[in-house]
Amino acid sequence: MKKWRVVHSEDKGVLRGPAVLIGALAVALGVSAFMLALQGKSPVQGLTVLFSGAFGSSYALEDALVKAVPLYLCSLGVAMAFRLLIWNIGAEGQFALGAIGSAWAALTFPGLPWFLLLPLMAVCSAFLGALWGLVPAILKVRLGVNEIIVTLMMNYIGILLLEFLVFGPWKDPAGFGFPMTAMYSDSAIVADIPGTSVSWGIVLCVVVGVLMSVFFRFTRLGFELKAAGENPKSAPYARIPYSGLVLLVMAVSGALAGWAGFLEASSNLNRLEVSVMSGYGYTAIVVAWLARLSPLRIGVASYLLAALMVGVENLQLVMQIPAAFGDIMEGLILVCVLAGGFSLNYRIKRVPG
Amino acid sequence: MILEMIVPLLAATVQSGTPILLATLGEIITEKGGVLNLGVEGMMLVGALGGFLVCQQTGSPWLGFVAAGAVTALFSGVHALVCVNFMGNQVVSGLALTILGTGVANFLGTPFIGQEAPGFDGFSVPLLSDIPFLGRVLFSQDALVYISYFLPLLVFVFLSRTKWGLRLRAVGEHPEAAKSAGISVPGYRWLGTMLGGFLVGLGGAYLSLAYTHMWTSDLSGGRGWIAVALVIFAFWRPFRAIGGAYLFGGIMAFQLRVQAMGTDLPSSFLLMLPYVLTIVVLVLSYKKGRIYAAPAGLGVNAEPEE
Repeated sequence: MKKWRVVHSEDKGVLRGPAVLIGALAVALGVSAFMLALQGKSPVQGLTVLFSGAFGSSYALEDALVKAVPLYLCSLGVAMAFRLLIWNIGAEGQFALGAIGSAWAALTFPGLPWFLLLPLMAVCSAFLGALWGLVPAILKVRLGVNEIIVTLMMNYIGILLLEFLVFGPWKDPAGFGFPMTAMYSDSAIVADIPGTSVSWGIVLCVVVGVLMSVFFRFTRLGFELKAAGENPKSAPYARIPYSGLVLLVMAVSGALAGWAGFLEASSNLNRLEVSVMSGYGYTAIVVAWLARLSPLRIGVASYLLAALMVGVENLQLVMQIPAAFGDIMEGLILVCVLAGGFSLNYRIKRVPG
Repeated sequence: MILEMIVPLLAATVQSGTPILLATLGEIITEKGGVLNLGVEGMMLVGALGGFLVCQQTGSPWLGFVAAGAVTALFSGVHALVCVNFMGNQVVSGLALTILGTGVANFLGTPFIGQEAPGFDGFSVPLLSDIPFLGRVLFSQDALVYISYFLPLLVFVFLSRTKWGLRLRAVGEHPEAAKSAGISVPGYRWLGTMLGGFLVGLGGAYLSLAYTHMWTSDLSGGRGWIAVALVIFAFWRPFRAIGGAYLFGGIMAFQLRVQAMGTDLPSSFLLMLPYVLTIVVLVLSYKKGRIYAAPAGLGVNAEPEE
């Protein structure tokens, strides 16, 4: 009698990766369409509206690029931590703290010229973002506390802190009671690239992305970090102890998410308000895993997920479909890509039983 | 006078601790089988909505309660499929389940926001509720709370006195050894995940059917994550989960009361309390080295042999 057995697969064809990805996306799309049908909406119309909303106009393409900027920064940070198998799911809170830090600088020194104020805002946002990442990192290396839960709790705390500030001490006295700060001064606003609605922040993305690639590819520290993630036993041979790597990775991760919060508040809202939080920190996890942690692929995946966000907004407008549809698609994509990873590493073989 | 304030507070503590207790017990079962399921937050929401819809359609709270467990057990099957059969990363799959569950509940629940369902109401247990003090705290609750009093014992008996429970734990501790003893690792991991999902779903149903009687979005408010943390705090032991769950029930009841009384303290800080407490509780657990109580095979997929 013959039996089916699961075995490790050595053969890794060039086309298998993309094929699995496309298959996973197709399954995710199919199930999402089914969810639309459950709500009594036409799945065909829904997917059409989704895609035309995401890719059908130059406005949509540009809007996706705008949303890809914070997503890319958060995701790059999250991916760096994932490399070391540190599960930083706190990008959302680190993003909030970055927005808070930059808002503090913008509201405290509105008179500074832009070439002083913007760097100061960048420093403040990176500092608070990194701090928010370091708290779980320190608890992890000193006591071994599970970073997944702590980073997540820090999200709730960070967002509540932001709410406290905009509902309380930082509320604009001339804002008719709305929970938002006063408008930033011109020198605190990261301008758009002329002729587009995309801010100069995208240049920061490119620079950070290149630096990250160089770091992992050409520096010894980057190599040690990768090695420690793939095999924790190799860590003792590295120059920097494992705990040092954890602190480093969480600080950088938090600073990057902090920058995303800074850019989002400064260039898109021109002030701090609760709506600055729109879930980039959680979507970043999907992006990082989809891109299998490589900086270049994260760029592509950020754009695609940002386009999905734009498409879902269109669905909301045209077909009154709840925004939660975006969460469903993100969750499904992640589940399908995870399951699809199986066919990359294993295959099913018939063996004599 | 003091008693007049403490009794309602403690009764509210038991009430808000109950969904957390149910979810924590569920996650204990799942983790005992070696499967880390971080989807609890999303699963609770799926259960809350499933229970609410069935109850609203049929008019039967009990049917809604059971349906919530069943729907959530099926939903947690996604996690089992991805991790047990497709060897997917357990952490990421759990996160995906949270994102997906939150999305599904908010998406399908949108038309029902603000609507009511019959749900469970409190009633006093004859005789027991006449016990001074304790009677009014413990025995003037709704039926689901009374059920929850028995569950830790039930879970304990299942895990340490039944054949299935012992095999589940073997699979969680030493998958390889269990396999050579002829126990089906995938089978028992599926069992643990779905049974745990069932209890988590009951916890979700408690939120929509007994706590609020109404559907609103984001009903769970982090309770799922608190449950994941409490599993560690509870040392993976069902009875220890009781203390942890009521501790958080207490802080939530306290926070609501202080808010209602009116205070100078900004509400944001009051709302932070459970999340800060979660971190504190975790730090204390690790300080005492409780992490060593984790099932040895937790979070590790059983590899197929070469």
